[in-house]
Amino acid sequence: MAKLVRTEEEVMLADAARGFLDGAAPVSHLRGLRDAGKTHDPALWKDMSDMGWAGIMVPESAGGADMGAAAACVLAEELGKTLVSSPFISTAVIAATALKQVADDRANAALAKIASGEMIYALAVDETNKFAPEASEMQAKKVGNGFRLNGTKGFVVDGGLADRLLVLANTGDGLTLFDLPTDRTGIKRDTTAMIDSRDAARVTFTDVDATGDDVLGTVDDAMSVLKPALQAGQAALAAEMAGAAAGAFGMTVEYLKERKQFGVEIGRFQALQHRAAHLWSETEVTASAIMNAGRQLDENPDEAELAVSLAKARATATVQLAVQEGVQMHGGIGMTDAFDMGFYMKRARVTAEWLGDYGYHARKVAHLRGF
Amino acid sequence: MTQFSKDLSVFREEIRDWLEANCPEEMRDGAITERTICWGGKNWNFTSDAQKTWLDRASAAGLTVPKWPTAYGGAGLSRDQEKILQDEMGRINARPPLQSFGIWMLGPALLQFGTEEQKLEYLPPIARGEVRWCQGYSEPGAGSDLANVQSKGEDKGDHWLINGQKIWTSYADKADWIFALIRTDREAPKHKGISFILINMENEGVTTRPIQLISGSSPFCETFFDDVKTPIGNVVGEVNRGWDVAKYLLTHEREMISAGGAGLSGGGRAFGAILNDEVGGLSDPILHADAMRAEVDALSIGLTIERYKDMAESGQGVGDASAMLKYMGTELNKTRHELVMAAGGSDALEWEDGRAPHWLRTKANSIEGGTSEVMLSILSKRVLGLPG
Repeated sequence: MAKLVRTEEEVMLADAARGFLDGAAPVSHLRGLRDAGKTHDPALWKDMSDMGWAGIMVPESAGGADMGAAAACVLAEELGKTLVSSPFISTAVIAATALKQVADDRANAALAKIASGEMIYALAVDETNKFAPEASEMQAKKVGNGFRLNGTKGFVVDGGLADRLLVLANTGDGLTLFDLPTDRTGIKRDTTAMIDSRDAARVTFTDVDATGDDVLGTVDDAMSVLKPALQAGQAALAAEMAGAAAGAFGMTVEYLKERKQFGVEIGRFQALQHRAAHLWSETEVTASAIMNAGRQLDENPDEAELAVSLAKARATATVQLAVQEGVQMHGGIGMTDAFDMGFYMKRARVTAEWLGDYGYHARKVAHLRGF
Repeated sequence: MTQFSKDLSVFREEIRDWLEANCPEEMRDGAITERTICWGGKNWNFTSDAQKTWLDRASAAGLTVPKWPTAYGGAGLSRDQEKILQDEMGRINARPPLQSFGIWMLGPALLQFGTEEQKLEYLPPIARGEVRWCQGYSEPGAGSDLANVQSKGEDKGDHWLINGQKIWTSYADKADWIFALIRTDREAPKHKGISFILINMENEGVTTRPIQLISGSSPFCETFFDDVKTPIGNVVGEVNRGWDVAKYLLTHEREMISAGGAGLSGGGRAFGAILNDEVGGLSDPILHADAMRAEVDALSIGLTIERYKDMAESGQGVGDASAMLKYMGTELNKTRHELVMAAGGSDALEWEDGRAPHWLRTKANSIEGGTSEVMLSILSKRVLGLPG
């Protein structure tokens, strides 16, 4: 396997991303969107697409950069550092990976539109308050040559701004993945005001008709398309979370060096030094799990499940520790809305749940490790 | 000397064949317990003929110290080759042919700081398992404050005259030689007056006394130097610059201790699976959850050890960050042994059962080689740049 060290190409990608995002999308950008009652900045997504980020996993034949999961993780980490609001993971990672598994003419056309930034996708999987794709009950009854969908999906991240939805539904003999336009008759989207100020929707399907052309992959076999897409998304999300942890931690260490109490910088106090050093240790260990997940997905995708769940579990624990310690070590100012730490805390909670929480992924690890 | 190919796929074939031909069946049980380990040394009693055969064959091929240069008893393997060797040994569950402080600590120090003469004199006997070394660092008044060592060495022209006391000298009662931190300049600032000196344990004036631990075993000793003479040339690195050598070695020691927990450096069986099999099911949901958490952390720390090795290999120094591995690895090992005891219930409380001594022994992991608190202080000051 490739080494657990960033390649020159990955270092350059991270540097370029940081350079752009520090100017175009610092945390104040998210704050600005929130204060304006928005969750998305189309101009920012256009710039990101123009730089090739929307097509980072899209094959070159469809106008993408075809750089793979590890590279997507590098970008996601940089996005996480300043809490950039974009449909990167749902569209550029999850949908692109799903479409790549199929790679027929229609899928390739969709991939080209993802790469150009013209098309935004959202993943509609959750039906309860916890991630459990295998347990999806929403019905897609076989009617004539097609299907009729009825049911509700919740926590559809980027579902409010999406042009298309990947919908997981039960087709009687198994689960099937549908690729539907959001303006299909019978689809109703209610955007939900989320604590992280990002887009999400509850989507209701009432007698929504679909044809065989709307099926992504094979009927009754959603997982052969969805599983790799979920794994790529989980790894990239873990990387975004590591980025958020790094962002919160960076603010905290700077504060420890500047803030004075009792006449000295509070970073001189061993109680705080040791908390900070412990937190840094956790971030280092998590970084290894994430890098490993990216490498496995690129080099050994059929065996990547353990690596991906390990990364998402560790990232979940680490980012939550980072934001809690971040607020505590900042003291009262950390509780104020005027200060950015709260944005990190809220995003951390949302990412902890999305695509499987700590327990979901730790159970996967335990299962795959034989207990 | 066996010559191995530099081509990795050829090397894998060669090493697989070599292991098949040379590793005795009895040495393929994967055992790495206190009772099965081969420490070597003049007074070593092999626990079986197979143990001796395995050591002789492995050392003849340079595979007791695979990465050391062939001139000093190694096989001159690259890190990628070493990984393959570990893979292939793991595949047949081969025991390590030899483990020792000479391999882990003195060897790396000599390779970095020793003269050519010292390397040729001391390294091959370590590789062959003929000389067993112990480490003389801590003193009653120099624990976490290691640079406060007071054992003194006086320059007597052709020899050093050494007086003082060391403590926590691992297996000093079984060792042939000791590498010790000795104060050779009492006027200099405390870090600048220490030398790294090699002393034969058979020399007149060296005595050792085992210290019984809470685990019931006595892996550590007190070692006393009363007018001990050692040749003036037995200094590694420059006189009064022994702290540089000590710091370098502590980094090695930390990496070693952090990787100490079984399975941490990859490949090994899941700790949760071991727990599950030993107690017939992790039926208690809280214990089961704790075991899952420990598994997630163990695998990730194992990957971090690999990542740091990869970084070092590609020329990105890890430096003080190795304190993190020591801290995280040892704390995890303590957690895992708490889980073993909890899973074992009252069965594990009997000495005969054997789990308790291991559990008790792990409590020293976060003390020896620098306490967890010292590690955190190193990280906060040298990695995070916090003041004070």
